[in-house]
Amino acid sequence: MNLSISLTVNGERREVELEDPRVTLLDLLRERLFLTGTKKGCDRGQCGACTVLVDGRRINSCLALAVSLDGAGIRTIEGIADGSELHPVQAAFIAHDGLQCGFCTPGQIMSAIGLIEEAQAGDDPERVREGMSGNLCRCGAYSGITEAILDAQKSLTEAKQERAA
Amino acid sequence: MKNFEYIRPASVSEAVAAASEPGSAYLAAGTNLLDLMKGGISRPNRLVDVTRLPGLDRIEHLPDGGIRIGALVRNADLAHDASFAKSYPAVAEALLSGASPQLRNAATVGGNLLQRTRCGYFYDTASACNKREPGAGCDARGGENRLHAVLGWSESCIATHPSDFCVPLVALDAHVEIEGRSGRRKVALEALHRLPGDTPQQETELEPGDLIVALRLPAEARSFASHARYLKLRERTSFAFAVVSAAAALRIEQGTIWDARLALGGVAPKPWRARAAEKELAGCRPGAAVFRRAAEAALADAKPSGDNAFKIELAQRILVRALTLAVAGTPARVPALPASPFSSVAGALIDA
Repeated sequence: MNLSISLTVNGERREVELEDPRVTLLDLLRERLFLTGTKKGCDRGQCGACTVLVDGRRINSCLALAVSLDGAGIRTIEGIADGSELHPVQAAFIAHDGLQCGFCTPGQIMSAIGLIEEAQAGDDPERVREGMSGNLCRCGAYSGITEAILDAQKSLTEAKQERAA
Repeated sequence: MKNFEYIRPASVSEAVAAASEPGSAYLAAGTNLLDLMKGGISRPNRLVDVTRLPGLDRIEHLPDGGIRIGALVRNADLAHDASFAKSYPAVAEALLSGASPQLRNAATVGGNLLQRTRCGYFYDTASACNKREPGAGCDARGGENRLHAVLGWSESCIATHPSDFCVPLVALDAHVEIEGRSGRRKVALEALHRLPGDTPQQETELEPGDLIVALRLPAEARSFASHARYLKLRERTSFAFAVVSAAAALRIEQGTIWDARLALGGVAPKPWRARAAEKELAGCRPGAAVFRRAAEAALADAKPSGDNAFKIELAQRILVRALTLAVAGTPARVPALPASPFSSVAGALIDA
C-alpha cells in the first residue's frame, strides 16, 4: 500500500511520504514537519503533553498512527495565534500564571481549546478540572490553569455573542 | 515497535478476510493497541484499519425500542448523545468516568469492549505472564497484587478486566453483533469475555477475523433509567482505572424494587454480573439491610488472589453505596466528577 498521506496542518496542506507505517502523529509533527511545539512527555497517552486537535477534537497525538489519519485537519499550538496576537487561551495562561516550566503548556492550551469547544464544563471549576484531567502538570500550576480556562472561556463566549449581535 | 503491514479495507467483508490471516490485528483508534505495541506486548504482523469502514459510526434507535450503537462510535460521542444518556444514564456515567477526555474523543465502542487488562506483569515483558506467553507462569501471584481479582480468577491468571463501560452494559443485557468468516452472529456481552481457567490468553469468544460491528441494548434496559448509577473508586480523583466499581439499576414501583440489575468492575477477569444479588433485591423495599444482604450475595464466592482481601469488603460497600445512590434517583445531569464517591467541592460528601 502507498504510504503517502495528506494532512491539513494549521490550515496548510502537507503531503508526507511515510516509508514506514509506525509513525505516530506526534512524531510526524515533530520530526517530519518540525512543529516541535507539540511535546512528547510519556508517549503513552498518560500525560497529555502531545494534545492536538484532529478535525476539531482534542486527542493524544502519541497514540494515533499518522497513516490512519490521512486527509485529516490538524491544529497545533503553532497554529492558534493570529499573527503576533496571542489566542485568548494563550493570553489567559500568561495572565493567570498557568505555567511554570512550560513543558506541558502546549498540550494544556490545546486541551483547553478542545474543552471550550466541547462546551460541557460551563463555568463550573469542578467540571473544568475534570475536563482537564488528561493533562498532567508536574510543576502543579493547576489552580492557574483552571482560572485561565474559565477566564478565556468567558472572553471567547462574549466575543462570540458580540459577533452574533 | 515491531514493523507491520498496514491495510485499509473498503468493506467489512474485506476486513474480515484480511484479519483472518494469522498475526493480524484490527486497528480502530489504537489508544490501547498502540500502547501495547510500543511496549512490545502486542506484536502484530499486520494491522487492518477499520476506521474508514462505512456505516459503523451510527447510533440507531430500533423499532422495538432498543438501541444499536456502531462499533466505531467514539466514547465521548456516545456519552454526550443526549437521547442515549437519558435512556441509559449509568452507561453514560461509566463512559465519562473512564480514561481522559482526549482518550474518550478517540476511543471507540468496539475497542473499549476489547481492551486488555492493565495488570503490571502483563505489561512488563520481563515478567512471567500466562496471558502474554502461555505456560510462562504468573508473576502477579506472589507479586504486587493488591489490585488483582477476587472473583473468577484462576491459578494461571489473576488479572482484572479494566473497562468501566462494560460494567453497566453487562448489567443491562447488552449484546454484540459480530461479523466473521461464517457470517453475522449475536453474542451476549456477558458471554463475550471468558474466564481465564487454564487458557488466560483466550480472553473472548472471538475467532480469527471476527469483527465486532455493533453493540445493542434491549428496550427493557431503558426501564431502569430513573434509578441507575455507576460508582467507581479510584486511587486518584480522575483518569484512573477502578479499584472497585459497581453499576446499579433498579425499577422501583410504589416503593418496591421490582427488578434490579447489578454488576461489578475491577474485581474479576471480566465484567461481573451479580445475579444472586439481584434476586435478593427483587420484591423488597429499598433499605440498608437488604442492600447489605445483596452485596454479601454478590461477593459470596470471592476469595483473595493475593494482598487483596480488602477488595471483598470494599466491593460490598461500593455496591451498597451504588444502590443507595440509585434509589435516590438518577441525577438530571452526569455529576461533575462522574461516578466518583468523592467531591472536591467543600461540604459535599457524595457528588450526586
